[in-house]
Amino acid sequence: MEQFLQQVINGISLGSIYALMALGYTMVYGIIKLINFAHGDVYMIGAYVGYFCMTNLRLGFFPSLLISMLVCAILGVAIEKIAYKPLRNATRIAVLITAIGVSLFIEYGTMYIASPNPRSYPRLTGFMAKSYQVGGLTFSAQQILIIIITVVLMILLQLIVKKTRIGKAMRAVSLDRDAAQLMGISVDNTISFTFLLGSALAGAAGILVGIYYNSINPLMGMMPGLRAFVAAVFGGIGIIPGAMIGGYFIGLVEVMVSGYVNSMFRDAVVFAILIVILIVKPSGLLGKETREKV
Amino acid sequence: MGKNIQASSGNRKWISTAGKLLSLVLFFVVFQLLISFNVVNDYLFSTLVKIGINIILAVSLNLITGFTGQFSLGHAGFMSIGAYVCAIITLRYYSVWGFVCGLLAGAVCAAIVGILVGLPTLRLKGDYLAIATLGMAEIIKILFRNVLDKWTNGAAGLSGIPQFVSWPWLFVLTVGTVILVSNFINSSHGRSCISIREDEIAAESMGIGSTKYKVMAFVTGAFFAGIAGAMYSSYFFYIDPDLFGFQKSIDILVIVVLGGMGSISGSVIAAVVLELISMFLQAYPELKMVIYGALLVLIMLFRPQGIMGSRELSLSFLKKWTGRLGQKNGGAA
Amino acid sequence: MPILTVNKLTKSFGGLMAVTNVSMELEKGELVGLIGPNGAGKTTVFNLLTGIYPPTSGTVTLFRDDKEERLEGLKPHIICKKGIARTFQNIRLFRDLTVLDNVRIAMNKNVKYGLFSTFLRTKSYFSEEKEVLEKSMQLLEILKLAHKKDELAKNLPYGEQRHLEIVRALATDPCILLLDEPAAGMNPAETAQLTEMIAWMRENFDLTILLIEHDMSLVMKICERIYVLDYGMVIAEGTPSEIKSNKRVIEAYLGEEMGNA
Repeated sequence: MEQFLQQVINGISLGSIYALMALGYTMVYGIIKLINFAHGDVYMIGAYVGYFCMTNLRLGFFPSLLISMLVCAILGVAIEKIAYKPLRNATRIAVLITAIGVSLFIEYGTMYIASPNPRSYPRLTGFMAKSYQVGGLTFSAQQILIIIITVVLMILLQLIVKKTRIGKAMRAVSLDRDAAQLMGISVDNTISFTFLLGSALAGAAGILVGIYYNSINPLMGMMPGLRAFVAAVFGGIGIIPGAMIGGYFIGLVEVMVSGYVNSMFRDAVVFAILIVILIVKPSGLLGKETREKV
Repeated sequence: MGKNIQASSGNRKWISTAGKLLSLVLFFVVFQLLISFNVVNDYLFSTLVKIGINIILAVSLNLITGFTGQFSLGHAGFMSIGAYVCAIITLRYYSVWGFVCGLLAGAVCAAIVGILVGLPTLRLKGDYLAIATLGMAEIIKILFRNVLDKWTNGAAGLSGIPQFVSWPWLFVLTVGTVILVSNFINSSHGRSCISIREDEIAAESMGIGSTKYKVMAFVTGAFFAGIAGAMYSSYFFYIDPDLFGFQKSIDILVIVVLGGMGSISGSVIAAVVLELISMFLQAYPELKMVIYGALLVLIMLFRPQGIMGSRELSLSFLKKWTGRLGQKNGGAA
Repeated sequence: MPILTVNKLTKSFGGLMAVTNVSMELEKGELVGLIGPNGAGKTTVFNLLTGIYPPTSGTVTLFRDDKEERLEGLKPHIICKKGIARTFQNIRLFRDLTVLDNVRIAMNKNVKYGLFSTFLRTKSYFSEEKEVLEKSMQLLEILKLAHKKDELAKNLPYGEQRHLEIVRALATDPCILLLDEPAAGMNPAETAQLTEMIAWMRENFDLTILLIEHDMSLVMKICERIYVLDYGMVIAEGTPSEIKSNKRVIEAYLGEEMGNA
């Protein structure tokens, strides 16, 4: 039982990271119906920027976190402006292929510049390096940090989406782009802002996974990116609370499969879940059915 | 009068078919001679093998993605099935017949898995299908690595696979695949597949069972990917699960997109061009992938139809093209 | 003798009743109109009859060759094979294919050669392909599109695109043809020509036709009977002159030009 609870704690920590990434997938899909394949790579860049700040610039964790988020936000907007915006009226498959191209470009560009070898993340110091025992369970400070930062970011995101003008614009554009445009909403700016938010969250996830696993490499975004996408689909793609629930669910599944079955099977299980959802209820846990008008 | 015209057009068809056959035979003989006299050395020949395999992979993926409009990111999964089945069989039965059986068994197994994968997933649309096929390929990879390791030797892979793929094999299998797939496309079945790409609802309303034809295209594509996989394992005598990951599926996709979705000749041209590029970039594998990535983005931004669009290279097309060039030159002069 | 009976057909989209208890009967060889204000559910009825949406309840029965067949809930391609073909309100041609291919595709359901003949080009491939080509050209010839056989469908002028949709539907060899606003966007001269063509097709192809149309001149001129739909329900049924003087119909169309027809 204790072991199980310990796994739950690990699962929630990992799930937090997936939830942060899944939010980016879900917001972008909600607004331009694109699986942003490059999202996992923005997360990887977040991890590398964090690494650079903490080792080369010797900054503390929190400044590094902010810089990571900022750099990723800029990168996300740049990707959108350069690669996706010109294809606003192209087929969805064309944009998807572009996204795959951007993803390859970032992954192997990083590999070319920063070498393919993994790097080990700097250890945190002070209170952030401790771990706490509560009734036989171990909470590492990193886990607590990950969970708290994730919750704070999610609350902030909810406030932005629900309470601000731009948040209202985001919701309007994702419901009906043309109508939103007629109502005087700048669709382009709203889409860019969506990428900005999603990418900043991915940047945060990147630096958090760095301190959690201590090792980063240029291809680290690929599989976690796909898992986070599965999380978004599980919760109902396009729905923000769905992505959060999905993220924690996939995190828990991964930890449980690794802990009780075999860590080699975790991706097989995650993809099997994906295929089952897509076939049984493609709109996900919180989604509504839609149909094509004939 | 009318009959005469028909007869002469029949004759012309005959002549053009004979001409095509002749040029194929010529092509075969020339390369056979070059290989015999070692002008095409082992290194160049291995490039040739890679080109042939990529042509088969690209043409078969084009059938699924370019012609039928079903976006698949798991083509390498089918390739791996052909590769493993053929390798396991030829390792047991070291003979040409073993290879032939392996080749066929590999392709058939890939096709069977194609049915199993296709039936549930082909109901999904566009990007969802892409992710589902990607997931299927990852699951196949994990099966080969962790579940079937008694036969596949797990992550360490199989080595010492007997090498049977020579120039005649390579030629027959590659050209054969191209001919068979184009025969399929220029038939009522092929047209049904294309109509699904164009407008699935209209196609259904015209009596075309979309599921049947999607699965048909998917299974045919999987079959030929299996052949390509078998050729790979038999020529490069070493395989492991990671050779057939997401990366490989993307490689194939790049060829199809560059050549033009819906153009067989485009796929052939792109397979040759890209292999030549990667030959020159051999020392810099990362750079090759950076270029692939940039290429995908640039094609989609500036020439989404690829090199050939959905046209095919034919004599009349060449004539028109050279005619247009001539006109341009004439105009300039 | 009826060829199609529709009994209490109902469709709700998540609680919204798009079509409620629609009952209709088509006699063999009849030309029937389906009219009603925008959003009355006319196209939904077509989508239910052709299987694009499964109905929530109700039955559709086809009588063909002395056989009775229930059609509700079947897939569109099966319904098409049973003999119901349609056109679409918002033209759905295979835009990037040639005119000829558009027609040939509609003939695929009759092609019998299998995969083996396809891959290896046996005799049956050539003979059947030739037959398909000849039949397609005949159809295109009749409807005066033969000279454009190699054009891409999207490059045809609007009126010809509508004609091509009709040719394509005919190519499936139907006994019942559903036309969804065939005259939409046409000028009076084109509409008159289309009116003639529809009547002519019915005679020569042995068809029963159900058509949705807003152009009252066309409907009143060629339809023998008319069903009027409003808010998803049949509010009137009768000959053109009966419909013109029906009070409920006039109410439903209030503000629209009924008298001019």
